[in-house]
Amino acid sequence: MDKTLRRWAPLFVLPALISFIIAFLVPMIMGLVLSFFKFSTVTDGVFVGWSNYKRIFTDMDFVTSLWMNVRFTVVTVISINILAFFLALLLTQGVKGTNVYRTIFFMPNLIGGIVLGWIWLLIINGILLPRNATIITDAKYGFWGLVALANWQNIGYMMVIYIAGIQTINRDLIEAAQIDGANSWIRLKSVILPSVMPAITICTFLTLTSGFKIFDQNLALTAGNPARQTEMLALNIYNTFYTRTNFEGVGQAKAVLFTILVAIIALTQLAATRQKEVEA
Amino acid sequence: MKRKYIALTLLITLLVAVSGFSAGTKEEAVKEVYFLNFKPEIASVYETKVAPAFEAETGIKLKVVTAASGTYAATLKSELAKSSPPTIFQTNGPVGLAGSLNYVSDLKNTQFYKILSDKSMALTSGDQVLAIPYAVEGYGLIYNDAIMRAYFALPNKKVSIKSAEEITSFALLKAVVEDMTRNKDRLGIKGVFASTSMAPGNDWRWQTHLVNVPLAYEFRDKGIPTGTKTDNFEFKYANEMKQLWDLYLDNSTTARGLLGSKSVDDAMAEFALGQAAIVQNGNWGAAQILGVQGNKVADKDIKFMPIYIGVKGEEHDGLNVGTENYLCINSQVSAEKQALADQFLTWLFSSDTGKAIVKNDLMFITPFNTFKDHELPTDPLAKEVIRWMNKDGVSSMPWAFSVIPSGQWKTDFGADLGQYINGKMSWSDVAKRAVASWKTEYDLTK
Repeated sequence: MDKTLRRWAPLFVLPALISFIIAFLVPMIMGLVLSFFKFSTVTDGVFVGWSNYKRIFTDMDFVTSLWMNVRFTVVTVISINILAFFLALLLTQGVKGTNVYRTIFFMPNLIGGIVLGWIWLLIINGILLPRNATIITDAKYGFWGLVALANWQNIGYMMVIYIAGIQTINRDLIEAAQIDGANSWIRLKSVILPSVMPAITICTFLTLTSGFKIFDQNLALTAGNPARQTEMLALNIYNTFYTRTNFEGVGQAKAVLFTILVAIIALTQLAATRQKEVEA
Repeated sequence: MKRKYIALTLLITLLVAVSGFSAGTKEEAVKEVYFLNFKPEIASVYETKVAPAFEAETGIKLKVVTAASGTYAATLKSELAKSSPPTIFQTNGPVGLAGSLNYVSDLKNTQFYKILSDKSMALTSGDQVLAIPYAVEGYGLIYNDAIMRAYFALPNKKVSIKSAEEITSFALLKAVVEDMTRNKDRLGIKGVFASTSMAPGNDWRWQTHLVNVPLAYEFRDKGIPTGTKTDNFEFKYANEMKQLWDLYLDNSTTARGLLGSKSVDDAMAEFALGQAAIVQNGNWGAAQILGVQGNKVADKDIKFMPIYIGVKGEEHDGLNVGTENYLCINSQVSAEKQALADQFLTWLFSSDTGKAIVKNDLMFITPFNTFKDHELPTDPLAKEVIRWMNKDGVSSMPWAFSVIPSGQWKTDFGADLGQYINGKMSWSDVAKRAVASWKTEYDLTK
């Protein structure tokens, strides 16, 4: 059995492997290589060494969008995780209609980012109408609009992960704590939180990386306006690559930097939260 | 050992698969022209009228792919990199052309170039002809003459002129517009000017078209010929532009703060529904007025006047006439395919069938000597453009914006105009930044 499995494994792996190579490995290597080329289409370029990387910093827009992106990610990681965690707590108390609520909270996650962006554009412009303003009148409207959108989209998903985490906690453990006289705050802090640490790890990882990778929501909601003040990294890279003549290579170099940056941040976070995970 | 075999089998399968894909595309022997269309609004004409007619008459297939609005540059970039790239594609002028220099062939010996009436309109490099315009367009202030007549019939009007035809300067325009705003309830309009659309991707009427007027005057003063790239830009007529910009904003259907949500479509709809009397746009907008449901403007009432900003002698200047529509033939495809492309373009703009489609369905005002007077398009705006081009004592303003150093300049300038609307930037800063950014972008894209 084992032997047959081993003999046929490559055949079954093949389709996935081919798609992985075509859709992931090849573009990634091409992307890395292209960041050292001056080119207008991806199959035709001239080697220019590090010059694309140097040109990233000829203007400050990359740094500005990095800063915008960091602020956005910090706010959304905190807000999404806290809200999702408390929703999960609420919906594991055996309230009537729990499943209906869970489904409803999860639903925004099933809608694509562009559609979500348009929906929230209507909502936010509607709210701002009495003040004679729109979402792109002021950068702070755009920022909080994006935060609201990200929360709305991600809370349901993270909630499901937290619910799964909370449900794995041994009831005896909580009961024992209750008998020992722990009030609900201490139960939360000393029993529940440490036990759901794996869920916290994965949820922070997901929200952190999605915060940096946000693109379609950004494009649909503000498109970086006003004056590129709400333009985050992915959109900045896209705009550099596609809207600036002779900046294709620079856009590519930014993308490489971006990948490295997100990888470093995500790996650091993983290492840091893993340490806090406990065996229960 | 066994593992090595497995790895080898895997690799071979992969190679066979990959080579299989590429072999498949090479075997096509059908004669085909691949045209990457720029204008989504007329994509269906190419697909349902042009392609079948061309195939019926010549037996050559026409493959038309249209990029979604605002994504042409991105689509072109990825299509050109494919194994069967487009044969014919569009470029918007010298700046766009710079981005695809490796892909444009010399059109000097094509039939298509021979039918171009004014050879100086083509984009060239040295003695090579790289791109040929196919449609001339004009823009200015489109006005609804019915509303204008209603205004000039008012007993309490404060101006002495008697019709919109007599507006020939900024001062007159301002007097009329401000008086119309005072009487807007009696005229039944929400504002004189349609919304100054500033939604993302909808500011090109200002950062490209409106700024063209001060640009063209400045280049004319300095004797810089149209189409010549220059770093010599000081925004000499910034204050004149501000006058008109403020007039747009203060007499609009929409409050300043809300302009960020308005699109060009919104503005055109306001005009079509009779909520606004004037909108700045070009003859390509005809379909957007005529096609709006509940359109209240009669064809005969759709008129053009030039954009006046208050420069001395502007009564002698007409509409902004030029082109942003050039076609290139891909130099990276086989000579045979290039010849087919030439055959298609020549057919479209010189055969009777082709010309009929151009006139009635594509509605282009073409720069080709194959078109007679009665073969020009008949929609109201195109007719107005032609009338202004031939008007005595008036000469058209050229499209000076084709030498704006980069798309980035336009984006930044549009953003600053938005900041000015929202009171976050003074006009002098807008002007200063426009000048500085021009220098930077000129150097970066040299």
